[in-house]
Amino acid sequence: MKRFLKRAAYVAAAVVLAAFMLSGCGSEDSNVIKIGFNIPLTGDIPKVGEASKFAAEMLKEDVNSQGGITVGGKKYTLEFVYEDNESKAESAVNAALKLIDQDGVVAIIGPNSSKQAVPAGGTANDNETPMISPWSTNPDTTKDRPWVFRAAFLDPFQGPVAVNFAAKTFGAKTAAVIFDISNDYSKGLAEIFKQEWEKKMGDGTVVAFESHGTKDQDFSAQLTTIIGAAPDFIFVPDNYNQVALIVKQAHDLGWQGPFMGSDAWGSAELMELCGDDCKGQYFSTHYAAAGAKGDTKVFIDRYKEKYGYTPDDVAALTWDATRLVLQAIQGLNEWPADLKAQRTAIKDGLGNIAEFAGVTGTMKFDEQGDPIKCAVVVRISDEGAFEFAESVCP
Amino acid sequence: MEVLIQNIINALQWGSFYALIALGYTLVYGVLLLINFAHGDIFMVGAYIAFFVVITLLGTMGLAPGVALALAVPLTMILTACVGVTLERIAYRPLRRKGAHRLYVVITALMCGLILENGNLALLGASRKKFPELLETTVYRFGDVSVTNIKLIVIVAAILVFLFLHFVVTRTKIGMAMRGISYDKFAIPLMGIPVDTIIVFTFILGSGFAGLAGLLFAMSYPVLEPYMGALIGWKAFIAAVVGGIGDIRGAFVGGFLLGFIEIGVVAVFPSTMRDLFAFTILLMILWAKPTGLFGRARHQKI
Repeated sequence: MKRFLKRAAYVAAAVVLAAFMLSGCGSEDSNVIKIGFNIPLTGDIPKVGEASKFAAEMLKEDVNSQGGITVGGKKYTLEFVYEDNESKAESAVNAALKLIDQDGVVAIIGPNSSKQAVPAGGTANDNETPMISPWSTNPDTTKDRPWVFRAAFLDPFQGPVAVNFAAKTFGAKTAAVIFDISNDYSKGLAEIFKQEWEKKMGDGTVVAFESHGTKDQDFSAQLTTIIGAAPDFIFVPDNYNQVALIVKQAHDLGWQGPFMGSDAWGSAELMELCGDDCKGQYFSTHYAAAGAKGDTKVFIDRYKEKYGYTPDDVAALTWDATRLVLQAIQGLNEWPADLKAQRTAIKDGLGNIAEFAGVTGTMKFDEQGDPIKCAVVVRISDEGAFEFAESVCP
Repeated sequence: MEVLIQNIINALQWGSFYALIALGYTLVYGVLLLINFAHGDIFMVGAYIAFFVVITLLGTMGLAPGVALALAVPLTMILTACVGVTLERIAYRPLRRKGAHRLYVVITALMCGLILENGNLALLGASRKKFPELLETTVYRFGDVSVTNIKLIVIVAAILVFLFLHFVVTRTKIGMAMRGISYDKFAIPLMGIPVDTIIVFTFILGSGFAGLAGLLFAMSYPVLEPYMGALIGWKAFIAAVVGGIGDIRGAFVGGFLLGFIEIGVVAVFPSTMRDLFAFTILLMILWAKPTGLFGRARHQKI
């Protein structure tokens, strides 16, 4: 028995070692273009990762079923590598490094949330690999990083959209904010909102500015302070899983006024978690699925048929982000043989795209790699659908 | 003033969960001198069991929510107790039989917690679960102070569980046996007391009430995820230690104390200060009284 155990231990050690060695040398196939995805398949926002992956799979099937992507008269098959970043900043950096060094991808799509996209963007930029974040809205993701792009609008644009919409629709004079202090996205947007609101309404009109942590489940103390300050509405730039708890707890504490949300509300899982409490609330986002037309409608219908639910903004933005990379590749005269040259060519190609018609709207890129595009405000209807309320263009 | 009263009610609800979980830590520690670090995750499993029980009762069997709640409470408690007893059978008892040092059993408990978390992640996936609404939430308003029926149920449940456990431990024969084992586990079998049965009973009590806490938690905070038990479990353990681990009153008081400090800090300071302040205060309590509020110094006979 003892000898058997000892042997088993040796075998296990050998297998682990072999696995490490094998993983070092990926097989190089010259007819394959490999793109990496740095997405949250587990952790706080798994639905975001799922939506990204589903959209990417759909696009991959489209391209590969036609024999692949054509560059310089030659066909190349697409291969997507999905790496889970566990919705954590440090895991996102590790995932990016693995995709760059080990898998040898030509470009990275993701991470989605700014909390992961800001640090992972630094890694991609330092390693000279093009990265395009579908969903990150924090300015720092692309700031001074020539290799990093995005498909979403920015918080300095989204903040004023929320301010103007709330002031007009709710007739609000005062506002309260509750945000996640350990999330770059939430914190950044909350600060921009406060600044914009006070610029418009005067000092001290943000009557409560309360924070919480990512793992928190009880927000009653913060909400008590907010409700005690009697604002006209509450701004909640938080991830959908926390929104479900915050909105319910606010109602339990007797709050009956409106909420204004941000694009992180826009997950397909929001209504499942939040239920009746979220109905009738508004949030700014990248596109409205209800009442979409043209290419957007085609995309939504196909996704819905394939996966059984209406695609959220992350799915649509991943679709756009991946198509941007493919367009950059297709724009090349020929596909370079060397990985470094391939990455540079994609980066230059992305920089040269003047205008792009995506399912989330038409966009242009500025010199920072940020798109200039419209935002929409949606209302959550009584059936739980995200209905178009207003569109705001820069 | 209204804000103060409101925050006291908030703290009572939040503290109730700490108290309920801390009671489980304290029971097992009292009898076995084992810190059952898997307890927070048993609480998580309890919440998931409650989820599946409620889904079955409401969906498949189509019962009315009130009836479903009445059935869900005992069912969840029994099923969660089974999980606790299974852990004791699989992980702790074999080690105890072989006379392993307590340190190894504590590490085993930590490991069991991780297995429960990641087993859940592997089985059910990372997606969160929404707990269905069992009770129509009614908000009672007194001026600017609001209380929901669920909040009241949670607070009353915590107090009842405490009184029940206190009664069991101090007034019944089986409670006397539990205290006996805790006092001297080598002499107790000589008195004809079945030690294993008593230990299993302890795990049934501790895990059963973790299941109840899971059900109540899911009703108050209806978003479930595999790691929800980890942090709250750790904090409840600290609350139990500050109260004086092994003492039922200590767990109860410690749980509410932590609830009050946490809510109080957030109400006054930015939320980043919460854990820093909360645990600094607890540390100072331990400085003054290293055995906890209700604990007594105990001399080991080794």
